[in-house]
Amino acid sequence: MSNILDLTLVDLVEKIKKKDLSSKEITKTYIERSEKSKKLNTYITEDFESALKKADNFDNKPNFDKKLPGIPIAVKDLFCTKNIRTTAGSKILENFIPTYESTVTNNLWNEGAILLGKLNCDEFAMGSSNETSFFGNVQSPVGEKIVPGGSSGGSASALAAKLTPTTIGTDTGGSIRQPASFTGTVGLKPTYGSCSRYGIVAFASSLDQAGPMTRDVKDCALLFSVISSYDSKDSTSINFRREDHFKKLNKSIKGKKIGIPKEYRVDGMPKEIEDLWQKGINIAKDAGAEIIDVSLPNTNYALPTYYIVAPAEASSNLARYDGVKYGFRSQGENLIDMYEKTRSEGFGNEVKRRIMIGTYVLSSGYYDAYYLKAQKVRRLIKNDFDDVYKKVDAILTPSTPSSAFKIGEKTNDPVSMYLNDIFTVPINLAGLPAISIPAGHDQKDYPLGLQIIGKAFDEQNILNIAYSLEQEIKFKNKMNDWWL
Amino acid sequence: MTIDLKTVKKISKLARISVDEEKAKKLESDLNSIFEFIEKLNQLDTSKSKPLTSVVDTKLQLRKDEVKSQNIRDQILKNSPDENKDFFVVPKVVE
Repeated sequence: MSNILDLTLVDLVEKIKKKDLSSKEITKTYIERSEKSKKLNTYITEDFESALKKADNFDNKPNFDKKLPGIPIAVKDLFCTKNIRTTAGSKILENFIPTYESTVTNNLWNEGAILLGKLNCDEFAMGSSNETSFFGNVQSPVGEKIVPGGSSGGSASALAAKLTPTTIGTDTGGSIRQPASFTGTVGLKPTYGSCSRYGIVAFASSLDQAGPMTRDVKDCALLFSVISSYDSKDSTSINFRREDHFKKLNKSIKGKKIGIPKEYRVDGMPKEIEDLWQKGINIAKDAGAEIIDVSLPNTNYALPTYYIVAPAEASSNLARYDGVKYGFRSQGENLIDMYEKTRSEGFGNEVKRRIMIGTYVLSSGYYDAYYLKAQKVRRLIKNDFDDVYKKVDAILTPSTPSSAFKIGEKTNDPVSMYLNDIFTVPINLAGLPAISIPAGHDQKDYPLGLQIIGKAFDEQNILNIAYSLEQEIKFKNKMNDWWL
Repeated sequence: MTIDLKTVKKISKLARISVDEEKAKKLESDLNSIFEFIEKLNQLDTSKSKPLTSVVDTKLQLRKDEVKSQNIRDQILKNSPDENKDFFVVPKVVE
């Protein structure tokens, strides 16, 4: 049944509930396609045998009250999965078997979902092209030797190539939204504190959030409602009443005020991105939204701020990988020598670079000039959003300054790679929710995305706007299954 | 400001990451281009801005310190790189 692959998550759930499809049929179909799609290098660890067993168990004793009954899902390999290897795309965790489950994946399994496997990502989620993974780069189904974006590149590629019906990623500076934009899929970065960070391999703790990556906005609303939960095991998890975003999804945006920030019109922005943005503005206007020009004056300082805050937190978080507790060790002449060799051989270049930046900006004599300065600018960036949200309900921007690029095109120039996240990073610094939806193609037929940014905890509103735009955009993927 | 080779070596010591001469030179050039980009922040007057340490505006919640996972010592020790039964083993530190 090849049409299983064409069904959205919401459709699959309905078919399972009506007994039109079994969990086994669906799981088998996705496994078969995954087996044929190794060229994309999306999986780091497959768990197919066990997935089939779980699907069988579900079909024998189905529970249709669950939100994801018997649905197979592959997840980013940054989520700890109990007794299943979790690598974060790093050599240093190549053989690490967690003894616990992340809260977000636990929420999936509690709602009846079944793990298919663990998906490739940039090492410790540090990258924008999935080229920093120890397990090799991922190719995008969009085109041969094209990056899927990053860091949730394996997730985006597997989702777009239909190797999993839906998936989850993490977003520290754009790691869900940028790959979603590059692959013609939907990606939501929730408000900081909405999804638990417990059991997610930490990169930058004040910025990291897990979120859904899906085929359309309805799927996104459903999956988000499953993974968002209060968790006492994450001290920054926020205790508020979670709503059923799927049930409340509403495509009417009449009278909504949508802000267009002038600072996002960056120098040298390709015309196709500008046109895409205008198309989004026109569609929102036609749907009855009020378009308001706004200003986020400190936008230009977001990336430099991010490249102090994120590496600083990373250098601290990654201090735990010392060759003692996580499987990988290089032999040294003494304890210190063992630490230094383990970390030198166990981490890849980008991770080492960021640990070094972080160590430097936190080191004695430089802390005030860099880290403290960045925290002060971070406040200004957040204030910009607070001011704008007195006037508007949401903000509309492009998701990325360009479409997907070739593998190897930007690896030698870290700063040009970092510039990819220019539209996504400010949102993490301010802790806000934002969604990327596919909105068009460039001249090469590569997808382009639009980003809708909301007020804190106003996910329902941006999901509604995204849903409304989606109806009019009618995005169609132009992939030709080149890898099969 | 520029980061010289000596500083790169100092940072690598602090970060417990060994680098050889060739890698240090590459890092020197990478870090300089990144810091050139970061220095942009100095254009901004932040004298009136309070540092933002967390976007979450609530107090951290306290909970009881209770043992919830039990009998997982063996599983945890399986991740140890050195063969042992009861402990994580490190190279000898006391003569």
